[in-house]
Formats: sequence, C-alpha cells, structure tokens
Amino acid sequence: MNAPNASGWRPSMGEAGEAKFATSSGDYGLMLEEALSFELGSADKCGVDIDEPSRAPAAGLSKFLRKSTPALPGLTEPETVRHYTRLSRQNYAIDLGPFPLGSCTMKHNPRLNEKMARLPGFADVHPMQPQTTVQGALEVIEQLADWLITLTGMASVAMSPKAGAHGELCGLLCIRAALDARGETRDVVLVPESAHGTNPATAAFAGFKVESIPATPAGRVDVAALKAKLGPNVAGVMITNPNTCGLFEPDMREIADAVHAAGGYVYCDGANFNAIVGKVRPGDLGVDAMHINLHKTFSTPHGGGGPGAGPVVLSEALAPFAPLPFVTRGADGSIHLVEEENAAEGHAQAFGRMVAFHGQMGMFTRALTYILSHGADGLRTVAEDAVLNANYVLRSCEDLLPAPFADSGPCMHEALFSDAGLAEGFSTLDIAKGLIDEGFHPMTVYFPLVVKGAMLVEPTETESKAGLDRFIASLRSLAERAKAGDESLHSAPHFAPRRRLDETLAARKPVLVWQGEPGIPGTPSLSEIGGS
Amino acid sequence: MRYLPLTPADRASMLETIGAATVDDLFIDVPAEARLAGPIEGLPAHASEMAVERHMSALAAKNLSAGAAPFFLGAGAYRHHVPASVDHLIQRGEFLTAYTPYQPEIAQGTLQVLFEFQTQVARLFGTDIANASMYDGSTACWEAILMAARITRKGRSVLSGGLHPHYGEVVRTMAKFTKDDIVSLAPELTADPDDAAVIAAIDATTSCVVVQYPDVMGRIPDLAAISEAAHAVGALVIAVITEPVALGLIEAPGMLGADIVVGEGQSLGVGLQFGGPYLGLFGCREKFVRQMPGRLCGQTVDAEGKRGFVLTLSTREQHIRREKATSNICTNSGLCALAFSIHLTLLGGEGLARLAAVNHARAQQTFERLAKVPGVTILNTAYFNEATVILPRDAREVVRELADRQVLGGVSLGRLFPVADGLHNGLLVAATETTTDEDIEAFATALEAVLAGASA
Repeated sequence: MNAPNASGWRPSMGEAGEAKFATSSGDYGLMLEEALSFELGSADKCGVDIDEPSRAPAAGLSKFLRKSTPALPGLTEPETVRHYTRLSRQNYAIDLGPFPLGSCTMKHNPRLNEKMARLPGFADVHPMQPQTTVQGALEVIEQLADWLITLTGMASVAMSPKAGAHGELCGLLCIRAALDARGETRDVVLVPESAHGTNPATAAFAGFKVESIPATPAGRVDVAALKAKLGPNVAGVMITNPNTCGLFEPDMREIADAVHAAGGYVYCDGANFNAIVGKVRPGDLGVDAMHINLHKTFSTPHGGGGPGAGPVVLSEALAPFAPLPFVTRGADGSIHLVEEENAAEGHAQAFGRMVAFHGQMGMFTRALTYILSHGADGLRTVAEDAVLNANYVLRSCEDLLPAPFADSGPCMHEALFSDAGLAEGFSTLDIAKGLIDEGFHPMTVYFPLVVKGAMLVEPTETESKAGLDRFIASLRSLAERAKAGDESLHSAPHFAPRRRLDETLAARKPVLVWQGEPGIPGTPSLSEIGGS
Repeated sequence: MRYLPLTPADRASMLETIGAATVDDLFIDVPAEARLAGPIEGLPAHASEMAVERHMSALAAKNLSAGAAPFFLGAGAYRHHVPASVDHLIQRGEFLTAYTPYQPEIAQGTLQVLFEFQTQVARLFGTDIANASMYDGSTACWEAILMAARITRKGRSVLSGGLHPHYGEVVRTMAKFTKDDIVSLAPELTADPDDAAVIAAIDATTSCVVVQYPDVMGRIPDLAAISEAAHAVGALVIAVITEPVALGLIEAPGMLGADIVVGEGQSLGVGLQFGGPYLGLFGCREKFVRQMPGRLCGQTVDAEGKRGFVLTLSTREQHIRREKATSNICTNSGLCALAFSIHLTLLGGEGLARLAAVNHARAQQTFERLAKVPGVTILNTAYFNEATVILPRDAREVVRELADRQVLGGVSLGRLFPVADGLHNGLLVAATETTTDEDIEAFATALEAVLAGASA
C-alpha cells in the first residue's frame, strides 16, 4: 500500500454505517442545504444602497417605461454572502483535491494571476478608450502573443477567440479565407473519430462537410486511411495532438506533408498543448493553425464552465487572414490596434471579426502572469511533470484496469483505461460515482468514443506524489470492488450533497426557470412574463 | 518552482515505478528531430511572485483607468459600480476552480447558480426561458440568427441600422462563410431610429429582424411595431440588449413581442476588463427550446427525492450531436454569469429599477450640460443612459484631444463606423451611477476648450 502522505497519516475509519436521523432543519452539521434566491428574497429587500435619482424620467422616455418592476427578489448583503457561500460548499473544486478530468486540464490556478487581473489598469479600462491611454493593456496582448508564437514556433497569432471551440472556428475560417483567396472551393474537412465533439461541430458551423478518419489499434490516426481521403475537395484536417487517447501522433509531420501536397491545410486542436509545451513546437510538425486553451495550458480558472480563451497560432500561409482586431507595433514604438478603421493599410485580407471587442483580456493578464512565473524552463517542467504523473497513474493501475494502448508505449498527459473486465453489470459510471464517495472528482468518462467505457485520467503537474498515491489507492480499491460485484457501487455516491440525479426526468419535462408558487405575490405567471 | 509539487526524489521514484530511465524517455513518440533539447532560447526563465508582480504592475500603470479620469464611454461596455461582495464571492475556490458541472452530485453549487441565473435573465428579458450564457453579446447575436433560420427555415436576416457595428461585423463575417443572406440597413444620424426602414425591409422570405434596444446611438426603437410587422409575415424578432441596466426602467423586449432576446451582461457584476471576458445573455420562447444553442440547466430530483439540478437537453450540443449540433459552443461564461447573478440578487427588482433611474438621471444631467457647450447638439429624442452628441467637427480628433486633457469623453462614431462619412461628427456619450457632478463639469469644460481650439 502506498503511503497516503509523507508521514504515513491516514484518517481513522470511525464506525461505518452509523444510523442517520432526520434533523428538524434538514441540515446535517456542516452539510448545509440552501433554498433558491427566489425563495429567500423579497421585493422590498436590497443589498445595495442607491441614491435617489436627481431627475424624474425625461418626457421622451415616458412611452417606453416598464409597466411593472422586474419580478426579481432582492437580498441584503449578509444574506447574499451566506446564500452563495452555502452554495459554494456543494461544489467540488481543484482547490479541494485532485480533479483528474481528462482533456480538461484542471490544474492549480495561481492566485497571483487573480491579483494581477484585478489591477485597475487592467480591470477598469474600456475597450474603446483612445489607444494612447491603453498602451500597457495592448502591451500585455503583444507580450502574450510573442510567447505563444515562440512556444509554438508559428508565424502569428489571432488573439480574439473567446474559447477553444471559438478558436477552432477562427482557424477553419482562416482556412476558408485562404482557399477563397486561391479561388478554390474545397468543402470537406477530415476529422478523426477520436476527436472532441467540438471539432466536427465547428467544421459544420463553418460550412464544411465532415468526413471521419478511423483510429488504428494503437490509438493513433490511421495515416493510410487519411491519405486515401485526400483530394481536391479536402480543405484540411483537424488533428488533436497529443490526441484524446492521451497519445502523441508520431506521424504528424508525414500527415501534414501529405495534406499540404494535396492542397489542404492542417488544423491542430491544441487542447492538450500542456503535455508538450516547451518540449515540441507544433510549427515544426507542419501545423497551419492551432488554438491554445489559456484555461487549460496556462491556468486561467475554469470558473464552473468558463470563461475560456482560445487564441489561434497561425502559419505563414494563414497569417494574412487572421480576424480583426489585433495589435501591431509601429515604427515609433507605440502599439496599435488594427481594427476596421485602419485594416485597409496592409491587412486587407483579414477575414472579418469574431467578437465585439478584443478578446478575453482578463484571461490574457492571468495567462501572461502564469507564463512569466514559470519562464521557458518552468513551462518545460510543467509538461514533463504532467506526463510523468499520467504515466505513474497508468503503470500503477494497468494491472487492475485494462489500459487499451498501454502496450504501445508511454502516454502523454493523460492515462486511458476501459471498463472491460469488471463484474457483469458494472461499468465506468460505477467507478466514477465511487470516486466521489472517496473524496475525488471523477475522471472523464465515456470519452474518447473509440474506447468502450473509456476512463480518461489527467492528473496534471499540480498533483504531488502523495496526492497521486491516495488517488491511485482509491481507484484500485474501486476497481477491485467493481470486479467483485460490490452492489453498493450502483447507488454511489452515498456521501455527496446529492445522490444520483434523474437526468431523464430533467430532459423529459424541462424546468429551466423557477416557476414560483401559485398565489405568492411577485411571482409572475408565464403569460405575465411574455410567454407564448 | 512554487507551483510544482514533485521533488527530485519523487520524480526518480516515479520513473522507477514506470520503468523509464529519464523523463525524456516518456516523450519517445515525438520524432527526435522535433524534440527540443532544452528550454527555448531567447525567453526568460522562471520568476518570483514579487518579480512578476512588478512587471505586470508596470504594464498596468501605463493605462489610464476609467476610475482615474472623468469617464463617459459606453458603446456596448458600461462602467457600473460592482459591490465588493460580488468579487469576493466569485473568488471562492469552489466556484473559481470548479469545472463545467458534468458530475452534478458534486456541482450543485454551480448548477443552482445557473438555474437562478436563467430565471433572472428570463424575467429581466421578459422571455419564457434563458440559457446558461454565451461568450458575449455579439456571438449570442449570431447564434440567435442561426437559431431563427432553423426555426423559420428561411435564410434572410435584416439587421437594423441601430445595431452595434461590431455585432454587425461578427454577423456578416460568419454569414460570409455560411452563405446566409444578411441585409444590413445603413446607420443614419436621426433623432429617432428609423423603424419604418426596418419594417419596410421585412418580406415573406425574412427569417428574422435584429433590433438593438436601446440602439447603438442610444435611441429606443418601437419594438412592438416592428414585432407586429415581422410576425405578420412569419419572421422572428431578435432584440439585442447591450445595456441590461436599461431594463430596470424601459419595458422588457419579451413583453413587446421579441421572440429571442440576446444581450451583453457585462454591466452587472463583470466590469470593463478592456473588452473581456464578458457575458452573452440568451432568452427565448419556451417552444423554441430544442433549437437553442448553449448549455441549459434544469431542475430534477435525486434518488432520494431531493430537489437538484443538472445540465439538460444536451442532445442539442456538440459533445453528443457532433456535426449535427445546434452550435459548436462548449464553454459558457460561467464565472461571469455568477458575478451577474450575485449583483442582480443584491439589487433585486426594486434596486435595479432605482439604479436604472439614477443612470437615466445622470445622463439627463450630462446632456443638459453638454447642450450648453457652443456648437454641440444632442441627437436623441429619447435615451436611457447613453446618447449621441453632434459636434462641429470629426469626433475622432475631439476624443483624442480630450484624452490629452485626461478626459475619457465617449466613443466616436467614426471609430465605430469608419466608412460612414456622414456619421463622423457624432460622439457617443454614456453616464452611469458612477458619474459625478464634477465629472460632468470637467468633461463639459474640456470639450469647450477643445472645440474652441485651445491647446492642452
């Protein structure tokens, strides 16, 4: 048994199966239930002191005024702080423990990043201020852009995409624009079947037809099948490297050369760049466009589902088509924002605009802070430790959980297992929910689709060896219980704020907004709130 | 390195478990010629927290922040006071460092917040339902156009001349590739928005009409009249809100017939942040739910019958439907949605109404004073907290000269609409509850000096 920590301390087991009784409040010690804000608040409460308006509404506005106040209950500040603090305690988070969601890269979010993003010079500047008043903000964009270009070995970067999928779209639109400039119509994009769902969805969103490329038994792109599909109708390929099986695509250069020879472009999904940052430059592998999830590789917080940020690095061939706006440095040393007003001067091929302003500035500040903290040497160690941690998990569990590609060599930043060999009726879901009871966030489950009952474990460089040993011990124990047919796993989690939730009910009769209680004042009926 | 917990001894012992001699052996699949032998040259090495803070603070100090000058910019991003508790609460690690709530049993905090957020947005917009947020207002606007095309099975969309030009650019950029037919009406410097031109552009082939409310010049279109005309020929109305605080004072678009309401939620809780991250809001009629883009949170029960929340109707989404999904969107703006929701919970309906009234009053004060500056007129018949000021010369130059005097005096229409020469004397000016009497006087005085040709 691996030591749970350096000292060997373990939590004592206590008495299992203690009888639970109903409390009068419905809360159990520090397990606190929380009502909806709509059930707590009332129309006559407000947590902000606001002056009396100095004027009545202007006469010109009278015909536009609301007939009634919005039906939104208010809470005072102490009630608000309590409401959200109580809710926060029902979340698992990377601050609480390992969050090994494969392909999502849940690493530590340094608090210096948060502090820097909140400096008034970054947080309290308007995107349309005169450029002379925001030179420092533009310099952040420029410095981050330089780092991303250098780390990837590419020619330029489009900074404005708001998330990974948005970056994919940016890259594909650059490809479309480049093809248009060549006067060619190519309408097919090749996507490996192991790809993230965003890849085919993005290709369709950009107006392409999607054709699927199979995987080899070793979990890589089937290069022969890919080459067989190349032709005058193929605009390009979307390859994830390292791929979603957690493996490096060793034939990337050969694939890129073949695609280029056939007149197409290579899009690389950079979701897993964290495994190779500082070790390999995608530009050396023939990539034409790749998005970088700043919220994965460069530690900007996931925030319970965004905001992300997805700058796209581009090759020489695609760089002229990058969308507006972007920053350039003038001969006088000042930094300029190229937007519609001045794009004609040397940037006439820009394919257009993807967002209202300049992208995720608050995330740029955080990512640059993270990059400067690590430096070129530290980023390389980030990749090495992430890969080391994943291989450690792989080799520590492969005797109990089948690892479909373990024989083909080391993995990169994530270890892939399958649920083959569990007792009849036991599957990946039971292991995942069992991990919740063990105090961990589950791994990514049932993805990638090329492996049945996939479990994709990405520890990241954030986990200590002791932390990994605890996780491995729990995963092994769960695998043993599932192999032995331990029925209690079917009803896991037992110790979370909620037991398994009825997702079928949620989808069959969608309740997407609070309906209110009939007869309670301030609760509008559907027709009153503009229902059809 | 302070962020990396593995010790050299840990690494050695783990390599032994793995059966590899060095960590480089784990990168064996990378072709040798592509493997970098050491840190990339020419880049700096790691730095202490103190050193990084010094570097970033020096960059921040080069910017003139909104709070350090009389400030009157809007045009789709507004400076409002965000209560201190909002920023404190969103930094709770359980919110900040959680992922998308794919494991609902241990993500009820995020999920309940999203359910409350959806309810707040729907009530604010006057729509039946709302989703869990989009990237920003402009991308939400394009997604709404695609959604309308799926519902109506028509491809022609009419953009009103009062739509924020960057939103229009996003739509036209995307439509260029999808081959959707976009009719963009020209912006005009008129006291009231040209609703008649919008109505005249709607025909039987029209999928939707996109109307900003209030519009980019601060004017307020007659959504009810436009809705009636659109619905008469089976077209949908998409209302675009760039200043949600306005809805504390003026009627909710859903009550005026809008079928889809999208917007930028930055005004509440999020802050200016030089343009991002912001918060796309998206509400619509309940009958359109299966054509909606983006994540949705729904109510359900757990195995013990307790109320709980899950992400739902995901068969619309890319991770299930792949190339047949309603959108390629994956991430939403979760943390910004949380900030918006906390701010709106603190305000409540009454607080929002009062905040809106203060914004409008501050704007009235601002425009009363600016109207007294020689050569300056106010374009709008009606406005909420932003209106267009007509100057005797190109507003782009005036904005730069005001900045030389440390006054951030609005957004020039010339920067927003570079090719529309007839608009270039227009200056968009916004005031909020953060605007003081002193700010207004400093702005008016500086504008007088600039227009009189005095040197700074």
